[in-house]
Amino acid sequence: MAESVKLNLSFDTSKPEATRDGFGKGLVIEGKKNKDIIALDGDLANSTRSEWFGQEFPDRFFNVGIAEQNLVGMAAGLALAGKIPFACSFAGFLVNRGHDIIRISVAYSNANVKLIGTHGGIQIGEDGPSNQSMSDIASLRALPRMVIVNPCDALEAAKAVEAFVKTKGPMYMRLTRNKLPYFHKEDYKFQLGKADIIKEGKDATILATGALVAEAMKAAKELENEGISTRVINIHTIKPLDAEAVLQAARSTKVMITAEDHNVIGGLGGGVAEVIAQQQISIPFRIIGVKDSFAESATPDQLFEKYGLSYPHLVTAVKDLMKRK
Amino acid sequence: MKKIESIEELEGKARELRITTLKMIHAAGSGHPGGSLSAADLLTAIYYRFMRFKADQPNWPERDRLILSKGHCCPILYAILADQGYFEKEKLMTLRKMGSILQGHPDRNKTPGIEVSSGSLGQGLSVAAGMALAGKIDKKPYKTYCILGDGEFQEGSNYEALMAAAHFRIPNLVAILDYNQIQQCGMVKDIMHIDPVGEKVKAFGWKVYEIDGHDMGEIVMTLEKAQKDTQPVFIVAHTVKGKGVSFMELNKDFHGRAPSDAELHAALQELGTVTSTQHPAQGGVA
Repeated sequence: MAESVKLNLSFDTSKPEATRDGFGKGLVIEGKKNKDIIALDGDLANSTRSEWFGQEFPDRFFNVGIAEQNLVGMAAGLALAGKIPFACSFAGFLVNRGHDIIRISVAYSNANVKLIGTHGGIQIGEDGPSNQSMSDIASLRALPRMVIVNPCDALEAAKAVEAFVKTKGPMYMRLTRNKLPYFHKEDYKFQLGKADIIKEGKDATILATGALVAEAMKAAKELENEGISTRVINIHTIKPLDAEAVLQAARSTKVMITAEDHNVIGGLGGGVAEVIAQQQISIPFRIIGVKDSFAESATPDQLFEKYGLSYPHLVTAVKDLMKRK
Repeated sequence: MKKIESIEELEGKARELRITTLKMIHAAGSGHPGGSLSAADLLTAIYYRFMRFKADQPNWPERDRLILSKGHCCPILYAILADQGYFEKEKLMTLRKMGSILQGHPDRNKTPGIEVSSGSLGQGLSVAAGMALAGKIDKKPYKTYCILGDGEFQEGSNYEALMAAAHFRIPNLVAILDYNQIQQCGMVKDIMHIDPVGEKVKAFGWKVYEIDGHDMGEIVMTLEKAQKDTQPVFIVAHTVKGKGVSFMELNKDFHGRAPSDAELHAALQELGTVTSTQHPAQGGVA
């Protein structure tokens, strides 16, 4: 562990920050208020930022080594004995290696375990597909009782930690390694399960989550310049999905796209499609995400461009759909 | 909470619970009798001699906990929980039926006294370690028991849990391996041997005991010792799958099927003390 540096728990919303950093601060802030909070990590604590909690509360922090099944299982046991455990690792390792334990010992048992998966999406870049995660949301979305939150900025991540502590039940938070601009101020009221409109618009809607909220905002700006009024809705809670907000957007704008750093199968786009299709809503619609392929090693920007996630792809999709309207 | 001190009475209780278990599985028409019968003596000793709990307050924070990691052997546990007053004995004959509180594998949200849902193997030891760790953090003296199967011990996740419990020096954790020698497709030693399991676990840093898992005196004596150990305890209990019914013993057919009417009758005759002439479905629970 690195030499102890005094951790700055404030949020400078003028500078981009990774959502994992927001989580790391949020966990320390909550840890001061609630002694039942425990953090466990699969030896990635300096990357997941659970290390900050460990430095502040060494008696409540456990590095269980590179053993994700036991990481999740011990978290379940701690939760069933009254603790509020945060089990932390990279999204790809935690969700996939730990999945059956999550299914039975956590979800089926309805254990109050908080799963924290950092390094979500292909945005981590150079480490390549084994370390990128683009099926975690799909895997967990199909588990009954599981709540899935994917914050778009560091402040939202910290507020989500607070909500995770206050709300009982199995929950998963997906976080980014890379820095993202802030879309919220300190007074932001985060509400689990409630869509967060960060920009109004009447022609097109972009439902974005996590790192793609930043791309959606850039796309909206460009679309506005071309005369297309674009609404951007931050879907921080992917499950339970705010179906009301989705339907309202589908009914009040002409076209709709979803955007996520995840496979186009089973993620936010899948969830939105399930909602609108079953309400027989006919609207030009597209799911922006990784098109069911493994990505590769490259810089995050290069990957976003090649795999169709950077904002120009969103602009193209909206304009294309507008022509069909 | 029913407490039994004498070895002879514990043996009698185990026989009674075996009878109940077989009637339940027969009434259900499916289930896993072999592993319930092999674990009967171990579970009887734990629940009637050692565990502290309040059946009318299943979530009493100070209670001792038991995790049935080999979840398919839940009928014997259900029989004990009913006998101890967690729920009415009449419910036992609803095992595996629509709407029952008694699922085919344990569901903690449906059955009072079940600590964690299980049935997918290899998960209980980590959960038990987490529960015991919570006790250590809170400086509470409660014990956490974990019943493991020998076939189940082929799951790699067990070894992650063994490492962690020893590394964190988790006290008040007692794992018991019901080493009944048979798994679904045959003998454990032929399919994927786990030996020398005691030595392996000892190498991980656990206190290990090897006992005859059907010798009630030895079971009680060993659990007595385990109460005082400060490191995690692992008891290799050598047992016989299907113990107590000659034609079920070491017979893989009875890993996962219910006895027929004739087989139930023969089994109950062997176990003796068929005090009720009622049909099991009419509530003839021993």
